[in-house]
Amino acid sequence: MNTLTWVLKRDMLLAMRRKSDVLTTLFFFVIMTSLFPLGVGPEPQLLKAMGPGVVWVAALLASMLSLGRLFAADHADGTLEQMLLAPESLALIVLGKTLVHWIASGLPLVLIAPFLGLQFGMNGDALWVLVASLLLGTPVLSLVGAIGASLTLGLRGGGILVSLLVLPLYIPVLIFGAGAVDASTSGLGAQGHLSILGALLVLALLATPMASAAALRISLE
Amino acid sequence: MLEARQLACMRGDRLLFSEIDLHLEAGGLLHVRGPNGSGKSSLLRMLCGLILPEAGDITWQGQNIRKNEDYFRSLTYLGHQNGIKEELSAIENLRITCGLAGFDIDERTAFDALERIGLEGREALPAKVLSQGQRRRVMLARLLVAETPLWILDEPLVALDTDAIGFMRSLFELHLEKGGMMILTTHQELEIAALTTREIRFNS
Repeated sequence: MNTLTWVLKRDMLLAMRRKSDVLTTLFFFVIMTSLFPLGVGPEPQLLKAMGPGVVWVAALLASMLSLGRLFAADHADGTLEQMLLAPESLALIVLGKTLVHWIASGLPLVLIAPFLGLQFGMNGDALWVLVASLLLGTPVLSLVGAIGASLTLGLRGGGILVSLLVLPLYIPVLIFGAGAVDASTSGLGAQGHLSILGALLVLALLATPMASAAALRISLE
Repeated sequence: MLEARQLACMRGDRLLFSEIDLHLEAGGLLHVRGPNGSGKSSLLRMLCGLILPEAGDITWQGQNIRKNEDYFRSLTYLGHQNGIKEELSAIENLRITCGLAGFDIDERTAFDALERIGLEGREALPAKVLSQGQRRRVMLARLLVAETPLWILDEPLVALDTDAIGFMRSLFELHLEKGGMMILTTHQELEIAALTTREIRFNS
């Protein structure tokens, strides 16, 4: 097996043995989106207008909240240091870790999103577009977030710092993600927005693992 | 052959050490000694490429160790931390660390290594139920299966009992006898037979 397979196997095993981590992110997402209809009242037009934005902002926050787990535990027990010494490229290892992180923290959000969309009165088409936009967008959040997580590794108050670093970078994903659902409900078609999200994903896949790897080397020095 | 010339290390704005020269050939042992905080671990991490030297350079077979894949295939570094995951069993930990270090071992080999290092019957337990010394053994079991010529070990004997220390000593001697190289820090008095023994002594 090569290094990437070992990283995937290792992190999947760890994720399976720490199911509570997956569940907390998911519940945060559910509670966060459910608070809005309770707060602003059950006005159908209002909820329909707010829905995509609320679901997307909640996904952003949930994904950011889970970033702390990406490298922190491995940093604390010294396994990250060993990964830095692996003969294969560190960027590949980071990519593997980020992928599993997305499967454990992003994919569950995508799967539950249609049910949350129903709370906001979204109909069939809009729900599909919501799922598609989250499917393309949440991996970007994990990939970009990995840079922030590696830069703030081992710092005091790293959690707040990571949100200040990463949230501004999430803005394009938020605009095109929520925009896709809006465009679909207003009959414009979501294809343009989804294409841009796809392009962002490709760009993030190519560029961010190397940036995170470089940041990790600096953080561990 | 590992060689370093005129190494210097800054931590923050403090100069930890400077003008360190070292040279290690097949069968050689380098003992790094000094009080706590004198820079032993920093020197070892620098030799692994984890810290960039402030000055000087480090070469492996004449090539700089930066981005040198051959070097990282030849190196086993064991640091302060055990580098094992508490949620994984001893056997999973061993197989995964070896896999990430670039060589695969099968379950049988991992099992044998753990048995030899004194973890018989505990191979499948999650590492969090093991004692400190037993966790250390899981980490050290990698030395039984790694076929790397260069070992850099930072306080490998911490938390081990006398039997285990004796076992590790004979393992070190076997490695050096076979032409391996070793760089070691330890506060224990340990006599290790080697072809050449060098010492670097840090003052506080």
